[in-house]
Amino acid sequence: MTGTDPPILELTDVSKSFGRTPVLQDVSLAVPRGSIVALLGASGSGKTTLLQIIAGLHDPDGGCVKIGGRDMGSVPAFERPVNMMFQSYALFPHLSVLGNIEYGLRARGLDRAERRRLVAWALELTRLVDLGGRRPDQLSGGQRQRVALARCLVMKPAILLLDEPMAALDRSLRAQVQRELIAIQRAIGTTFILVTHDQEEAMAMSDYIAVMDKGRIVQFDKPRTLYERPRSRFVASFLGSINLFDGACQASGARQCRFTTHEGLEILLERNEPINWELVGAVGFRPEKILISRKQTSLENPIPGVIEQITYTGSLTHTTVRIATDRRLHATSMNFGDGAVDGPAQGDAVFVGLPSGAGVILTE
Amino acid sequence: MIAIPLVWLVALLAVPLVLVALLSIHQIADAIPPIAPLISHSGGHLSVQASVRAYRMLESDALYRSAFFSALINAAFTTIGCVLIGFPLALAIAQAPRKRRNWYLFLAVLPFWTSFLLRAYAWIGLIRDSGPINSVLLSLGLIHRPIAMLFTPGAVWLVMVYSYLPFFVLPMYAVLESLPGELLAAAADLGARPFYAFRTVTVPLALPGLISGAVLVFIPAVGEYVIPELVGNSSTIMIGGILWDEFFQNRDWPLASAIAIATFLLLMIPAYVVRRWIGPLGVVKQ
Repeated sequence: MTGTDPPILELTDVSKSFGRTPVLQDVSLAVPRGSIVALLGASGSGKTTLLQIIAGLHDPDGGCVKIGGRDMGSVPAFERPVNMMFQSYALFPHLSVLGNIEYGLRARGLDRAERRRLVAWALELTRLVDLGGRRPDQLSGGQRQRVALARCLVMKPAILLLDEPMAALDRSLRAQVQRELIAIQRAIGTTFILVTHDQEEAMAMSDYIAVMDKGRIVQFDKPRTLYERPRSRFVASFLGSINLFDGACQASGARQCRFTTHEGLEILLERNEPINWELVGAVGFRPEKILISRKQTSLENPIPGVIEQITYTGSLTHTTVRIATDRRLHATSMNFGDGAVDGPAQGDAVFVGLPSGAGVILTE
Repeated sequence: MIAIPLVWLVALLAVPLVLVALLSIHQIADAIPPIAPLISHSGGHLSVQASVRAYRMLESDALYRSAFFSALINAAFTTIGCVLIGFPLALAIAQAPRKRRNWYLFLAVLPFWTSFLLRAYAWIGLIRDSGPINSVLLSLGLIHRPIAMLFTPGAVWLVMVYSYLPFFVLPMYAVLESLPGELLAAAADLGARPFYAFRTVTVPLALPGLISGAVLVFIPAVGEYVIPELVGNSSTIMIGGILWDEFFQNRDWPLASAIAIATFLLLMIPAYVVRRWIGPLGVVKQ
């Protein structure tokens, strides 16, 4: 995060319980102005509740919410510079598209000319120009989403909140809508905070991701950092897949060590930055970093095994290899070259190569 | 599939209606029942003894028009009372915590479980000159003579609103409950203060249901007989009472039937209008 601009949103130790069930515990977050941030987690992780607290629809039991440096403690939802795109869109069924979009402007008391200008801008931005007179029940899912978006954008909020924006859309629409949302965000510069359980969506769209588990933020980083440098076992397994080995480091230098797994395997690990190897408790290798070959000479950290299963999906091949102690490793590779030529087959004896510099190093 | 409900509908609604319509064009006779048969077989040929006397009487005698008008006014005031009391009540129940709602609905409907006459008599006991309301006011020195509440048009209005309230509250609650809660959250998020959101979101969406509920009260209230009879006076004579009198006292079955048919036809108009413009019950579909 750049040091010059103050964060648009600051959460400090926010907690919330419904009845006796704690939903959020000591959540702290600083969101940089103009960025797209995803709150990523499974159901029940508290992400939607956190979004609602930012919007002002719920009050936190403890902690502080600051938007633009201003404490939102006593500020009700209708006075916050924040707007939310609901998962169900929550379009007003008795109003037309125009009526929906200008609702907030009317509530604010803007005059007709001003409203018309802003609504025209929003219609243009969300490609709804000819649909102004229609009612919500006459629109497709994608169109309804754009109305919900326009309705928020026309208010020029400091932060736009999106609750599972892709959940109600067909799969085939999602990639396109993702691109459109990013394009709109870059054009207008509003900070977006979106809630999702889909890690691919989070990684594709966001500048930063807050990974949430059981009411806490476990890690807040850029997608690449989260994927390549997860700080916990949970984050390592939550984003993508990973082959994890528990164990400990012996005989280390400053930038390398010999890691011995509980199963007795020895893996050489290297890193460009110095690491406190004594604290390392586990190491993981992503499927796409693992190499498979019949010969061990070209591989780092070669481990002998037998191919148990091969799955061909066109551009990728997923291979499951059974190594000693009945442990299974999963590898994924792109099908370079002539894919019609068969590679290793099921039952073949192969070597699995674990790249010494591409391991995920965990201290727990 | 459609057969059984259709048979039910025909047997229990259409047939009696047709019978009453036929009855209204019978001639009266000094007999038991006091009507002459519509079609008789005398001396080898069929003859039809029908008459529109009943309808002519409705038209000519001002009594029937004024009684009908009086019933309309009373039903209108009853409806307004039900709406003014019932809408906030339904709103309060719909906004209550989910767990409490059924309990509140139960309480609102509970009086229905007791005999209607008992409830009417309970009101008589409350508002009569020697009843508890007057006694308390007298003993507090706020009045010096009992307020005449019983046997007035006001008493009729009071007991009618009380009796018809559940007919409005239940459908109104159903409509309010069907409104997605997120709409109000969205309104607030967009900058609407609570009253503005109520005015621009809740009311327009609840309005069709409110009108349907009002009609559900209005139409039966027009024909109300018992309540004006029990707690009203000679100025509260309404069409329901006239019908009763014609049937039981004057033994003029055709005239009573004609009153029923005429009232039915006249009330069809608002019923049709509502149905056409608002649809059944006015529940918001998402």
